[in-house]
Parts: sequence; structure tokens; C-alpha cells
Amino acid sequence: MDLITVLQILDSTVRLATPLLLACLAGLFSERAGIFDIGLEGKMLAAAFFSAAIAAVTGSVWLGLGAGIVASLALSGLHGLASITFRGNQLISGVAINFLAAGLTVLIAQSWFQQGGRTPALLASGRFGGITLPGAEALREVPVIGPIYYELISGHSILVYMAFACVPLTWWVLYRTRFGLRLRAVGENPEAVDTAGISVVRLRYAAVLICGLLCGLAGAYLATALQAGFVQDMTAGRGYIALAALIFAKWRPWHALYATLLFGFLQAIALRYQNLDLGFVTLPVQVMDALPYILTVVILAGFIGKAVPPRAGGEPYVKER
Amino acid sequence: MERMPKWADVVLIPLISLFLAAMISGLVILAIGEDPINALNLMVKGALGSTYGWGYTLYYATNFMFTGLAVAVAFHARLFNIGGEGQAMLGGLGVALVCLYLPWPHWSLALIASTLGAALFGAAWAFLPAVLQAKRGSHIVITTIMFNFIAAALLNWLLVGPLKPRGGMDPSTARFPEATNLPSLHDLLAPLGIGFSKAAPANISFLVGILACVLVWVLIWRTRLGYEIRAFGHSEPAARYAGISPTKITVITMLISGGLAGMMAINNVMGEAERLVLNATEGAGFIGIAVALMGRSHPFGVFLAAILFGFLYQGGAELALWTSIPRELIIVIQALVILFTGALDNMVRMPLERIFMALRRRGA
Repeated sequence: MDLITVLQILDSTVRLATPLLLACLAGLFSERAGIFDIGLEGKMLAAAFFSAAIAAVTGSVWLGLGAGIVASLALSGLHGLASITFRGNQLISGVAINFLAAGLTVLIAQSWFQQGGRTPALLASGRFGGITLPGAEALREVPVIGPIYYELISGHSILVYMAFACVPLTWWVLYRTRFGLRLRAVGENPEAVDTAGISVVRLRYAAVLICGLLCGLAGAYLATALQAGFVQDMTAGRGYIALAALIFAKWRPWHALYATLLFGFLQAIALRYQNLDLGFVTLPVQVMDALPYILTVVILAGFIGKAVPPRAGGEPYVKER
Repeated sequence: MERMPKWADVVLIPLISLFLAAMISGLVILAIGEDPINALNLMVKGALGSTYGWGYTLYYATNFMFTGLAVAVAFHARLFNIGGEGQAMLGGLGVALVCLYLPWPHWSLALIASTLGAALFGAAWAFLPAVLQAKRGSHIVITTIMFNFIAAALLNWLLVGPLKPRGGMDPSTARFPEATNLPSLHDLLAPLGIGFSKAAPANISFLVGILACVLVWVLIWRTRLGYEIRAFGHSEPAARYAGISPTKITVITMLISGGLAGMMAINNVMGEAERLVLNATEGAGFIGIAVALMGRSHPFGVFLAAILFGFLYQGGAELALWTSIPRELIIVIQALVILFTGALDNMVRMPLERIFMALRRRGA
């Protein structure tokens, strides 16, 4: 395997890890505040559809991005309503949101575009193109560093760089701001936060909405950057892989980056090699597909360090009377 | 004091939730430029207007009965088994192995063996998540989701590889031998002089489904194990104090739940397709969640809700055929039912409780 093949695989890893990373950080905010969210998939899907649809109609990818975020935020609001205001079961609410998005996106796509549940293919102005970083062309011929900079680091869309910037940002918000401290506290011990005179409801809504924002970015990236347009069920389980990555990362931002890069790498390998020949054994592509889930179950089983979720996760908060 | 009479909890709340879901679905149909009343007429006619329609409605209902019971049994122990889909896939594998690799003289014997095989494989797929929940505290919802995907990858591999017959074109097993083909409702009703569509896939599994509903009722409300399951679901500390082992109950409940989900395969794999195809479950495992919520986790409620969803499935297919409304409408309805009966339960319940309290105060 030569350098250029390795770089291509890594480049594809970055592209495929981006939606996972955004969705994983989205889940991180929500779950750190004590709201389980298995509706990441649905929110991404809704955002993917609306971003592609609006970008196709208006020709502006930024308007598309806005529409995707609004759609994702709306579903987040619904999740908040069900699990915070009406103290319903957060898991069931997440399941409902996933189905709602899976059904509505196709229904609306068919009604608007009549193309069998997809949006028209997006032209260049309706997509996020790659950005060539300064100096990439000049450095291209420099051995080793040149190709790495040109192939791997430069040439991604703005959303990829935003996603990676979100990692330190999330870390800073969670561990270095007052809001972050309260957010983590509300996921561990909401009574204490309430006693301190801080609104549990408001904090949790804030977390759920941040989650919606990030899922919106993830979905828009899928439809307007990674691919050119929306197709039915285009998230293809990425929301669940992000959830797996979140557990793998044990609800920590930097580890979320590593976990999603690992899972992105597995996807890149599965995409490039149908059957991976390791010399002593040939792995079918399905092994690669299943590996993120198997690894997560192993982590959950606690054989490689125990994954402990936020303590108040999944429990609706009932104020004492 | 009860805030509400029991009938309101069991009948009124599901009906109001269903009504809300139907209203919103109607608005969705209006929004895409079709007539909701006309759509409902088409659905009723297509799903219930002929024995052909009924044959499909009952076929789908049979699937949902098994997956609905699976979710319901787990709910009684306050476990959320979201892995019905994967367990039903594995159940299909169990049925395929029984039918393909063992010689069967008669369908009745094959049915018994297949039911056991399906239940065994389904239960086996629920075993690990159950043990991880009971012993390691890993959340059963997450592990069962992961197991759904692992099941999909496993079947994908088996059906394009080891199980595909030589020269087979599509990813599926060989056809099951003639002797394992189950009698359809047409075959069963003909001797009684009742004409039933020959083309519809409803088969004897429907009766097995009803039997399963009865048996689950007996299990939950008439056996010691059922009592322990319910006690555990109400309060784990109390159950532990009463000498009920949480590990044992969690694992046994999940084995029963997984077994029931797996048993769906006698209907779709053995009864209808007569071979194991890719994605044979078609999301029925997830519909079990809606069915169990709608049926309030009671076997009779599950039975009714399964028929309702069977109707929606067949009706939705007819809609897609005759109007511009895509089949995905059913997924939206399913989502709304899960949302209102499950997640937004309190939204319906709280005002209703207030009304009943007010009525009672006036009466007193």
C-alpha cells in the first residue's frame, strides 16, 4: 500500500467521520444534561431532507443549511416537550421521532418533487464545495508533507472544519464555563441544581436545542456536502453509530472525536474493500459494518473499562412539592 | 385514591391518542393535496372489503401480534426491548435451518419444530443484552439496538454467502421443501364451506398468534413467574426484598420476549415467503413497540392493536396503489401512535385526570 492509497483512505475517513462526529457531539450535550436521545438518526434525516430541498429550490446552500437546522430544532423541541415538559419516556420519544422523520421526509419529498422520495440532484451552488487551504497548491509537490496537506487536510467543505472545531469548543463549554458545569450537574444530580435556584427545565431545553443544532449540521452535511441531494433513508443508521460512538467515548468530547474517527475509518475501509484480505483471514464487508456495534457492546459489557452514563440520564425530573 | 376509573385508563386514553394520531395524519394527507376521507374509504375497502384484503390484514396482524407481545412482556418487567427486529431476523434463521436441513413428513410437525427453532434463535439473540443488563448494568435499549444492526449484518452475510444456494440470483436461501408449506386460511376455511381468498398470505400462524396471546395472558396474570415479572417491573427494591432475583427475572423475561419476537418468523418466513429473504422482517419488530403501547401491554390489547396495524399496513399499500400517497404514510401514523400513546402519554392523561377529579368532586 503506497502513501497515496493510505491518504485516500484517511481522507475518506475524515469525510465519513464528520456526520458521526457532529451527531455524537449533539448526543453528548443532550445526554450530559440527562436527556437520552436515540432520535439523533431522525433529526439528521429531517435536516438532510430539508437542507437538500431548500437548497434545490432556492439554489442557495446556506438557506438549505438554515432550513435543515430549523427542521432538526423542531424535532428537538418535540423531544423536549415529550421528555421534559410532559415527563414522558425519553427512549420512546426518540423512537417516535426516528419514525416520524423516516416517514415524513419521503412523504414530503414525493409531494414536492415527485421523484420517488428524493430531491433533485444539487448543482454546485446548492452544495458545500471543498475549500483549498492557503498554500495547498504550492506545497503539493513537497514530498510526504505536501500530499498529506493537500489530500488529507485541505480540500474539505466548511462543515468538516466546523465539525472538528466543535470538539475543542464543546470541551471548553462543558468544562470551562458556568453553563457547562450546570449542564453536567443537571445530568448527574438535578435536585442539587434545582436547590441552587437554577431552572432544570431551562437547562435541559438548552441542551436539547444544542443537540438539535448539531444534528442539523450533520444532516445538512450528508445531503449537501457528502452527497448531492437527499435520498430515502440516507442517514442509514449513522445516528445509531453516533450513539455507539458516544458510549465508546464515555460521554467525553475528545474521545468522541477518536471514536467517530475510528468508526469513520471502518466505514471508509468497508467502502473501499468489499472483502478485506488480512493475509491469514479474509474479512467480509459485513464484519466491517457490524464492527462499530460489536465494539460498543464490548465496551458496554465493561471488559475494556466501564462506560458509566450520566447518573440522572433518562429520568424525568419531578420537582419536589 | 385512583385519579381515574380504570376503563378510562384502558380504553379512553388509547382511543384519544389514536384519534389525535388520525387527525394529524389527516392533516398530512390534506397537506400533500389528497382527500383524507377518500383515503380512509380506500383503506377500509382495500383492507377489509374483501377476503383478499382481510387475508393481508390478518397476515400483517400476525407479525405484529408476536412482536407486540414481545415488547409487552418486556414492558411488564420495565424493560424496553427495542431489539424485536433483530430477534425476529434470527427467528427467521431458526425457521430456515429447521425447514431446510431436517426432513419433515408433514407440515404440522414442521410447524412445531420451526416454532421452537424460531423461539430459540430469537431468545438466544436477546440473551446477551439481557445478561449485560442484569450483570453489568449496560442499558438494554442500547445493546438491543446494537444487536439489531449486528443481526442485519449477520443475515446479510449468510444470505449472500453460506446459505445461498448454488446458482441463486438474489440473496436468499433455497425454497423450503413442499412438506413444510403451511396451510393458508383458504385451505383451513374451505372444509368449513367458507370461501377465502387463495392469493392472500394469511395462514395458520394467525391461530398460533392468538394462542400466543392467550398463553402470555396466562403467564403474566396466572403464574408465579408472571407475578414476579410484574412485581419486578413495579419496584425492583420491593421485588428484591420479596426474594425475587433481579438477574433471573431480567434474563427470563428477555428470553421470553426474544422468543416471541423470533416466533414471528413462522408467519413471514415459513408461512408467506417459504424461504428466508433479505430484510424479511420489514420493520415489524419496531411496529411491535407501537402495538404494545397502544395495547397497554395487555395481550388482548395487543391483539386488537395488531389487527389495527395490520389494517393500516394493508390499507396503506392500497393507498399507494390508487393515489399519490406513498406507503410511508403508515410510518408516519406509526410514529404518531408511538408519540401519543408512549411519549406524550401525560399530555393526554393530565387534562383527563383533571376532568375526572372535577366530576368526582361535584358528585361527592
